[in-house]
Amino acid sequence: MTQKLLEVNNLKKYFDTKRGKLHAVDDVSFYIYKGETLGVVGESGCGKSTTGRTVLRLIEPTEGEIFFDGIDINSLSQEVMRKKRKEMQIVFQDPYSSLDSRRTVYESIEEPLRVNKIFNNRTDLSNRVFELMNTVGLAERLVNSYPHELDGGRRQRVGIARALALNPSFIVLDEPVSALDVSIQAQILNLMERLQDNLNLTYMFISHNLSVVRHISDRVAVMYLGKIVELASYKNIFINPQHPYTKALLSAVPLPRIDLKLDRIILEGDVPSPINPVPRCRFYGRCPERKEVCKGDLPELREIEAEHFVACHLI
Amino acid sequence: MKNDYILEIEDLTVKYITEDSIVSAVNNMSLKLERGNTLGFVGETGAGKTTTAKSIMRLLPEPPTKIESGKIIFNGENILEKSIKHMQSIRGNKISMIFQDPMTALNPVIPIIDQIAEVILLHQTKDRKAAYKRAEEMLEIVEIKKERGEEYPHQFSGGMKQRVVIAIALACTPDLLIADEPTTALDVTIQAQVLKLMHDIKESNNTSMIMITHDLGIVAEACDNVAVIYAGSIVEYGTKEDIFNSHAHPYTEGLFNCIPDLSKTESELIPIKGIMPDPSDLPTGCKFHPRCPYAVDRCSKEEPESKEISDGHMVKCFLEHRK
Repeated sequence: MTQKLLEVNNLKKYFDTKRGKLHAVDDVSFYIYKGETLGVVGESGCGKSTTGRTVLRLIEPTEGEIFFDGIDINSLSQEVMRKKRKEMQIVFQDPYSSLDSRRTVYESIEEPLRVNKIFNNRTDLSNRVFELMNTVGLAERLVNSYPHELDGGRRQRVGIARALALNPSFIVLDEPVSALDVSIQAQILNLMERLQDNLNLTYMFISHNLSVVRHISDRVAVMYLGKIVELASYKNIFINPQHPYTKALLSAVPLPRIDLKLDRIILEGDVPSPINPVPRCRFYGRCPERKEVCKGDLPELREIEAEHFVACHLI
Repeated sequence: MKNDYILEIEDLTVKYITEDSIVSAVNNMSLKLERGNTLGFVGETGAGKTTTAKSIMRLLPEPPTKIESGKIIFNGENILEKSIKHMQSIRGNKISMIFQDPMTALNPVIPIIDQIAEVILLHQTKDRKAAYKRAEEMLEIVEIKKERGEEYPHQFSGGMKQRVVIAIALACTPDLLIADEPTTALDVTIQAQVLKLMHDIKESNNTSMIMITHDLGIVAEACDNVAVIYAGSIVEYGTKEDIFNSHAHPYTEGLFNCIPDLSKTESELIPIKGIMPDPSDLPTGCKFHPRCPYAVDRCSKEEPESKEISDGHMVKCFLEHRK
């Protein structure tokens, strides 16, 4: 696990709005090692999904470098990028809206294989579709079902089969279990872990659910208002968090236990607007530990110990 | 001292009858809620949590809904026998409900202060001045500056909108508050703010509460008693301690095994096999038996009765696996 599969440097994505520039992703740098899972957590509007889509160039970045397997994919033409995307796939949050309601399970899974002209005869194509169904645990009898006939868990299995169809090495999982009930969520999480081992996949796992991220991730990036505020191994993030936002976020999660009493840090107010933000620490207005020095420049993401990065003036 | 129950549900059965099918949403449900307590309703999508809550409010349209049998006794009176007019004087006044999605629960074209004052004018006073004064007080209780009362819902964030919904629900100091997934649409730091607010208001008014949630973390934090609901029935009922420390029903056990625990380093998730049964075609016998790892022959033939395994701790299972 020492080779970097994805390396992102100074990635920015700004959107033009009537009220000014919306800094969705604001100068973010990180890397993902081959075969690992990088969890990305944060609250709604923090830029985690935009980051996930921008590294696949499903959204064009405003600025920055994205190295995938050593190649800067941000400099590739659309045509070359389309071929590259076979290796880089995405699974979306909502299996209710990410599938075409007029296509059967077979047609949905077959589509990426057809578009990319992987097979030139029908038998090979259909063998591959059935093989994929088997890989993700979909019973063959469902092959002619339409999405509305399937429950959420099975729909998400179809979404995963589509993502796996072209043998990718990297998959962005954007809230893949958030729309599912807990008993189904566990089935899908276990499936994704098994697939990662068997197919040697690298994941970027985006979620607002900290318990799920802790369960599945090797390393975790915590985002706040377009910035990565802390990035470390899951153990460091969850046992030894340094950034005041990470600490508050962790303490806010209600734990399914009655034997632990937690000191909860309740943050004041709401996440501020990402439009034309003041160029200082994004967390300043809500930070319970803020000091005079925090009014100054934006804190940089610094390595405070091996593989543990924090962006805070106080550390 | 005799137990003082604010709400007793006896043998409630609710069905949705359509041309194509009969959906059994709630099946012979019975429960009791002590005054001042918070009862958690836990279960997955389609378990019947919201149908039960809306039956208490009598908010379900009939048809297609049919309340087939049972009693809902609120403050000593069976509200299933009350007229529509009588129900209108209870709703929002004695029993209030907080809905899951604050974005759709508020009227987008009416300033929030008017939406809070509306419920007070309807139930408590005809004096507009007094009603608006009370509405401003409610805004302050939910920590929104009263100067913002003239603003419209879209000018507030999700957490603030939910606080406005809470202000409306509590404006008439109801005896019973039903909160239907009140924080599911909110971010976790905002959820923490809203849960604390609800807890503080509940304590100061001695309000009884039903908290509907799928999150066992919220149950651990906010509830005194817990009802675990599966396919329209309570499969296990007890104090929070009973449910967390000595749960006995295989479904409750399954729920605990399949959630990742933030407080543990390594944990293996054990999913519950299969999917929720179709409520228009429920299995015979125990509704959980097709997914139960301990099911024996008997489970598919007979439906187990709810048994008291310790004081007040009820389990609807033959418990063959424990013998």
